[in-house]
Amino acid sequence: MKLNRRIFLGSGVAAAASLKAPALLAQGHGKPRVVVIGGGAGGATAARYLTKDSEGALDVTLVEPSRSYFTCFFSNLYLGGFKEIDDLGHTYGTLAAKYGINVVHDWAVDVDRDGKTVTLAGGASLPYDKLILSPGIDFVDGAVGGWSLAAQNAMPHAYKGGSQTELLRAQVDAMPEGGVFAMVAPPNPYRCPPGPYERVSMIAHRLKAANPTAKIIVADPKGKFSKQSLFEEGWANHYPGMIDWVGEDFGGGEVSVDPAAMTVTIDGEETEVHACNVIPAMKAGRIAEMAGVTEGNWAPVNAADMSAKADPDVYVLGDAAQQGDMPKSGFSANSQAKVCANAVRGALTESRVFPAKFSNTCWSLIDANNGVKVGATYEATEEKIAKVDGFISEVGETSDVRRATYEESEGWYAGIVADMFS
Amino acid sequence: MKLRWVFSVLTTATWLLAGPVSAEQIGDPEAGAKVFSQCKGCHQIGPDAQDRIGPHLNGVFGRKAAAHDTFDYSASMERAGADGLIWTAKTLDAYLENPRALVSKTRMSFRGLKDPQDRADVLAYLRDFSDNPRDLPEAEPTARGTDHDLDPTILAIQGDPEYGAYLSNECLTCHQSDGSARGIPSITRWPEEDFVVAMHAYKNKLRPHPVMQMMAGRLNNEEIAALAAYFKTLDE
Ligand SMILES: Cc1cc2nc3c(=O)[nH]c(=O)nc-3n(C[C@H](O)[C@H](O)[C@H](O)COP(=O)(O)OP(=O)(O)OC[C@H]3O[C@@H](n4cnc5c(N)ncnc54)[C@H](O)[C@@H]3O)c2cc1C
Repeated sequence: MKLNRRIFLGSGVAAAASLKAPALLAQGHGKPRVVVIGGGAGGATAARYLTKDSEGALDVTLVEPSRSYFTCFFSNLYLGGFKEIDDLGHTYGTLAAKYGINVVHDWAVDVDRDGKTVTLAGGASLPYDKLILSPGIDFVDGAVGGWSLAAQNAMPHAYKGGSQTELLRAQVDAMPEGGVFAMVAPPNPYRCPPGPYERVSMIAHRLKAANPTAKIIVADPKGKFSKQSLFEEGWANHYPGMIDWVGEDFGGGEVSVDPAAMTVTIDGEETEVHACNVIPAMKAGRIAEMAGVTEGNWAPVNAADMSAKADPDVYVLGDAAQQGDMPKSGFSANSQAKVCANAVRGALTESRVFPAKFSNTCWSLIDANNGVKVGATYEATEEKIAKVDGFISEVGETSDVRRATYEESEGWYAGIVADMFS
Repeated sequence: MKLRWVFSVLTTATWLLAGPVSAEQIGDPEAGAKVFSQCKGCHQIGPDAQDRIGPHLNGVFGRKAAAHDTFDYSASMERAGADGLIWTAKTLDAYLENPRALVSKTRMSFRGLKDPQDRADVLAYLRDFSDNPRDLPEAEPTARGTDHDLDPTILAIQGDPEYGAYLSNECLTCHQSDGSARGIPSITRWPEEDFVVAMHAYKNKLRPHPVMQMMAGRLNNEEIAALAAYFKTLDE
């Protein structure tokens, strides 16, 4: 398809955009350079859309340490036995071969915003005109008493994809008959609001088949959680008597663990557990902090284009961004990446810039063929990404509706990974 | 009296090759006409039937898959045709039971007819519009897909495909650009009018899906036209 370049937002913007491009070229290099840090839902999408839409006008480098990206989305379905680990792994070959993205498998260890360069662990230095950060999350040190990253083998978080998820499933399978699985749920805000509760459902599904007298305890610092009525209905119907959710009012936030002894203490009461999933409080991936674009735990951004409040040439996508009303999800990161790619391309070439529109839907699986969803649309206002409309599945839906919702989630998964990697 | 179509009268090439089959009643075309209402959103049949989201279905029996020149089939349907898939009672029955089991990346976003009787009935109905009997019944309803009261000025809006390309980014998180349709329907290469009508039906909450009602709800008339213009051209 052939399309001509026109400026959409009227002549004032047209003039501004055409003044900007020569200024960049005058800096003494050829194509404008974009560096993207993090090849996940936000970063892979941004790199793909930048190159796909600019047809060679931009020089795009994607920095990502892993050669395979294991999605967190659908990792709970792996725990439930509905997916195998290979179903969740995706590689970067097509982004390099088909789109000409320079994929660098390394860690970004520093950002010099004055010199506009990114330093890699391997020592290389990458100059940029625009920098996009989508590093996902890291954990807040000391968030759960007794737990640190050094204990992630005994008590996995399984909140970054891949080996941690496999470890957690193996530990659930190794539980003794009638054993106890504990989850320490995170405080807001965190990646994937329904994620811990979908995980509880999937582990219950697994235990119901293999170890039906096992018990699940959830210690939760929150008083309520995403899709709560849907999960509670599902747990009562599908896993009666198995799941004990201890919320804020019952001391769910007063929790510490002892990974060596395999005990969890909730509100002063110590329990011996046989598998334990600790999901600590979260913050933006550390490189955002090193780039100096965070305030507190997250990086504030302008809603119209996802640029950091601290620097108009740095953009922050996905979980790391503090943007307003959108939940931290893969869908959101993908949606934000497309708005950002359109804005960055417009700033660096003279392509049209369109108004920001964002959306999100999170599907969760409660049991086989029993899916629920929650979603919303968003627009950019002066101060944040603001929710404009939304919906949620209802309690008591028919099994046909729930099955169709589950099938839709399978379609969504195929859609989003194609939109990131193919 | 209900017309019943009997296997033994079937004379397509495949059946001749397959050898004699005992007479077996496969269905009731009148009941099939009712079942066909599920297909009407995309397929027309009868006199004046035209290609819409799906090809028209006159004369489908005995035809090779993807053989109908004026319709722009998915790559996988083209491949199935090239591999020799012929539409017979047997292959159509399998396709209608589970479209993707037969043609894996078909753009036909239909979950399938699970009830064998429904399939037999709708096949009997389709059979009435195939070459044998050759003459299409004059008085049959024509089952037009586009049945709406959308303001013609909305339909007349010329969409801006470049804006559509940007807006489509949102659709492509779920709907795939290669037209595959697993769990989520394909929306590529629809006639623009059908696209616009469908989106307005969501916007006006006539079509039921909550995600689509929400997505369409905040698109204005120009934006819907832009999307229709873009998706019409989207290649596999
Ligand atoms: C159990 C679970 C279930 C989920 N389910 C869903 C779901 O159903 N739907 C949904 O939409 N979302 C879901 N999510 C959320 C989703 O996974 C995240 O919101 C999404 O991945 C965020 O995208 P991102 O680009 O911000 O970060 P990520 O996808 O995590 O990508 C960050 C990437 O950056 C890389 N990186 C980090 N630091 C550096 C550095 N210094 N240098 C170079 N690279 C770096 C990392 O290796 C990583 O690949 C789920 C999450 C979990 C944990």
